[in-house]
Amino acid sequence: MTNLPLPRRSPRAFLLIAAAAWFWLYQTLEPLSHWLVNRLPVAQGSPLYDALQFFLYDTPKVLLLLAGVVMVMGMINSYFTPERTRALLSGKHEGVGNVMAALLGIVTPFCSCSAVPLFIGFVQAGVPLGVTFSFLISAPMVNEIALALLFGLFGWQIAALYMGLGLSIAIFAGFVIGKLKMEHHLEDWVRNMAHIQATVGADELTLPDRIEAGFASVREIVGKVWLYVLAGIAIGAGIHGYVPQDFMAGFMGKDAWWAVPASVLIGVPMYTNAAGIIPIVEALLAKGAALGTVLAFMMSVIALSLPEMVILRKVLKPRLIATFIGVVTLGIMLVGYVFNALV
Amino acid sequence: MKNIKVLGTGCANCKNTMKLIEEVAKDKGVEIQLEKVEDLQSIMAYGVMSTPGVVVDGKVVHAGGVPSRDKIAGWL
Repeated sequence: MTNLPLPRRSPRAFLLIAAAAWFWLYQTLEPLSHWLVNRLPVAQGSPLYDALQFFLYDTPKVLLLLAGVVMVMGMINSYFTPERTRALLSGKHEGVGNVMAALLGIVTPFCSCSAVPLFIGFVQAGVPLGVTFSFLISAPMVNEIALALLFGLFGWQIAALYMGLGLSIAIFAGFVIGKLKMEHHLEDWVRNMAHIQATVGADELTLPDRIEAGFASVREIVGKVWLYVLAGIAIGAGIHGYVPQDFMAGFMGKDAWWAVPASVLIGVPMYTNAAGIIPIVEALLAKGAALGTVLAFMMSVIALSLPEMVILRKVLKPRLIATFIGVVTLGIMLVGYVFNALV
Repeated sequence: MKNIKVLGTGCANCKNTMKLIEEVAKDKGVEIQLEKVEDLQSIMAYGVMSTPGVVVDGKVVHAGGVPSRDKIAGWL
């Protein structure tokens, strides 16, 4: 037994030590970045100094946060398989069902490439159409990467606000789609599929298994997005040091009423993950763009993407797709305007 | 000979799964018949909700994410 690695032997102790090490590292980053920049032959207070300091502090900070959150979410995800979520949602009514679906969208592992099989699987097991949509909107939009990055760069208030608004859009849009009774706008082959009973297989995962699942998702997700994060922060650093303050205020400030719809429109054809977009968002905000406008832009990039629509077209008739896009766009714009009015 | 099908609409993970199964089979010297199922309706017929899914001799053994080497070795 003694040859087993620590996560297997005493998983609780391992998690405690890992968490302590993580916090210590996180605390050390800011002084370390100052120390490093001061070692370089760059004049303090120059634009290059600011850009370098921003880059050297933000890069490890964001990557560390991302790794931490993805690890925790990977472990939580192992409790909520799509099959279990489906069983929880099948037969739920609109209303409560929409709220549950949006919440489960946060914790259920989701990859946009399985959006369609998931969609059909839900409908087949008797999950109402509107409830299915609530899940489908919440799952990509309110994801751990977006939340971790918002938390890291803007603090917990903004992250919580983003989560609350994302959930509200998912609940609202799903509820509206459910009320419109658009079941007959599913492609015929989907409607004609045999109805199945939602069942859940036995879950025999142990805590060490879940830790392993957490590490697996860190390897997979951080391994995939680190380059985007780096590129995004580099762009952000460039804007930080060189572009004058208030540069964006004219186009994306509070007074430009057309900025919200314009940001949403620009966001649709852009298809990147949350990791790639957030550092750019930070730079925009730092230069005077209004928070609501920037959040609307970000939500539109993440939640509405052309490639996903093309795949969804295989199961939804054009009117249902148009309704889906319309309702979500409306929700996002509402969020943008409300934010700009409040903050 | 085992018949193995990989279910998936063509995302990167599905391709990785195909490659990994081929590799493990070669390492173990097991002959397999590997197929890729990309048609959505056929995928759904197996009741798989998260892709990539793996079907061995008509039975779904895996759904969602790239399976580990050990898991693949177990099927062979």
